Amino acid sequence: MEFYTILRQFADSWMLLLLFGFFVGIVIWVFRPGASKEYKDTANIPFRHPDKPAAVKEARK
Amino acid sequence: MSNYIKLIALGLVALFAAIGTNYARDLAYQVHAILVMLIAGGLFIWTLRNTDEPDILVDRSAEYMDDVIRYGVIATAFWGVVGFLAGTFIAFQLAFPELNFEWAQGYLNFGRLRPLHTSAVIFAFGGNALIATSFYVVQRTSAARLWGGNLAWFVFWGYQLFIVLAATGYVLGGTQSKEYAEPEWYVDLWLTVVWVAYLAVYLGTIIKRKEPHIYVANWFYLAFIVTVAMLHLINNMTIPVSIWGSKSVIVWSGVQDAMIQWWYGHNAVGFFLTAGFLGMMYYFIPKQAERPVFSYKLSIIHFWALIFLYIWAGPHHLHYTALPDWASTLGMVFSIVLWMPSWGGMINGLMTLSGAWDKLRTDPVIRMMVISVGFYGMSTFEGPMMSIRAVNSLSHYTDWTIGHVHSGALGWNGMITFGALYYLVPVLWKRDRLYSLQMVSWHFWLATIGIVLYAASMWVTGIMEGLMWREVDANGFLVNSFADTVAAKFPMYVVRALGGVMFLAGAVVMCYNLWMTVRKAPAKEASLTVAVPAE
Repeated sequence: MEFYTILRQFADSWMLLLLFGFFVGIVIWVFRPGASKEYKDTANIPFRHPDKPAAVKEARK
Repeated sequence: MSNYIKLIALGLVALFAAIGTNYARDLAYQVHAILVMLIAGGLFIWTLRNTDEPDILVDRSAEYMDDVIRYGVIATAFWGVVGFLAGTFIAFQLAFPELNFEWAQGYLNFGRLRPLHTSAVIFAFGGNALIATSFYVVQRTSAARLWGGNLAWFVFWGYQLFIVLAATGYVLGGTQSKEYAEPEWYVDLWLTVVWVAYLAVYLGTIIKRKEPHIYVANWFYLAFIVTVAMLHLINNMTIPVSIWGSKSVIVWSGVQDAMIQWWYGHNAVGFFLTAGFLGMMYYFIPKQAERPVFSYKLSIIHFWALIFLYIWAGPHHLHYTALPDWASTLGMVFSIVLWMPSWGGMINGLMTLSGAWDKLRTDPVIRMMVISVGFYGMSTFEGPMMSIRAVNSLSHYTDWTIGHVHSGALGWNGMITFGALYYLVPVLWKRDRLYSLQMVSWHFWLATIGIVLYAASMWVTGIMEGLMWREVDANGFLVNSFADTVAAKFPMYVVRALGGVMFLAGAVVMCYNLWMTVRKAPAKEASLTVAVPAE
């Protein structure tokens, strides 16, 4: 089989499935239990350090 | 030590450019060689004078790197006015062809100035806005200073050099004739170097972040940086005819070249003008509204849906061409599906204001941001509709396309950038507030009415033109010649140019307001709590 046809068949089958599965996986993952609480914290990131970088002490909790 | 390496490199570049000046095969290359020679020579002398001076090391890790962003804000405003001015001038050139002056033929005629306008607004105005705001946002949301020290300065000045090389190249005839990718091979190579540095600074800052999570705005900015790098490399695979000339030959041929060009072209819209500016939206709207984004879950789905879909939409630029039917159908279907994430993002931006809608009456800056998201919704509805083959057979090659592009570019990209600039200037120059909110209101209305005039006149002229082109008489002969459509379009061309004048006037008002904010700000004028009538 020529190279183009191999790539094309792969793209039309496994790669398509992989990308689609990845996307569906993300949607499910976003709605996992406990996500709302975590995202509430994440959504407030822009309001935490407006003036200067975080000190080393309060680094990653 | 590093200064010696710099001196050797700068000296070699200046020498090479001097030889290039001598051997140059065309004018654009020669002017660029002189330009590079002067810049490299100047930097050589400057570096030499600073070499072996005692190093004064100041630890600045406890503060954000904001000086480069201040330069970026100035550059954004400056290139914005230049780009809008060029656009308004070429709009008048279309209405009044005498403005293609005889003495400037081959330099300042419509064909030469049109790419100058598109690149000035997209890459100079939009690009500087994206670089400046991304540096601002990534520091604030990572709670870390920019990575790489002076590399951020290299990104800023390197990008300005790219803009100057591109713009002078167009006027002097150095172009590879690919829409939105006109710069020739050596300018492309330079942009690649600058872009890799940009990615390094951005990614480096994210890696050393102090916040455990990467805020969603950074995802959009990062998608923009990475995808533009990929698009740029693949669409500019050219082989120079000579190292002493600007002409190069693309390695792709025929329909493959067309497909890659519009894969590039549409994703320049999708990732440069959409993903990057969505990053702006996800930071500056919450900040200006003083409340977090409406739904963080929606923003994640928005991100992945947008980047999964946009990359496939390019073929809708090539309906009824040599492109295979399946490819153009694929592009059309993906364009229509794209409507969903686009509107998801729009809803997310607008609903961030829920519970704070009263701010629309008092704060003209948030009004600007909201109308930009409104224009985003409008043009992302219009776009999928125009990508449908049947609609496209009427709209393609007409002014409708130009109207669509401008409702997106002026409305969405322009307005959100103005909003971000109004937010940034008082913060970056440590001013209490803007100099004048009334001027922001003036800017808002000038720009909005300007866009409405622009888009409405282009709808009328575009549909009229499309209908005139396809009109046939009883014997199947075309009724109108091309010149008939040109003559019929004249009034709409004048209205469009007037819309451009208003938009430009608004930008000039903004520049004055920002200038006075820096110079006079904590001065008089009503403070934010005093209501400005919403008209």
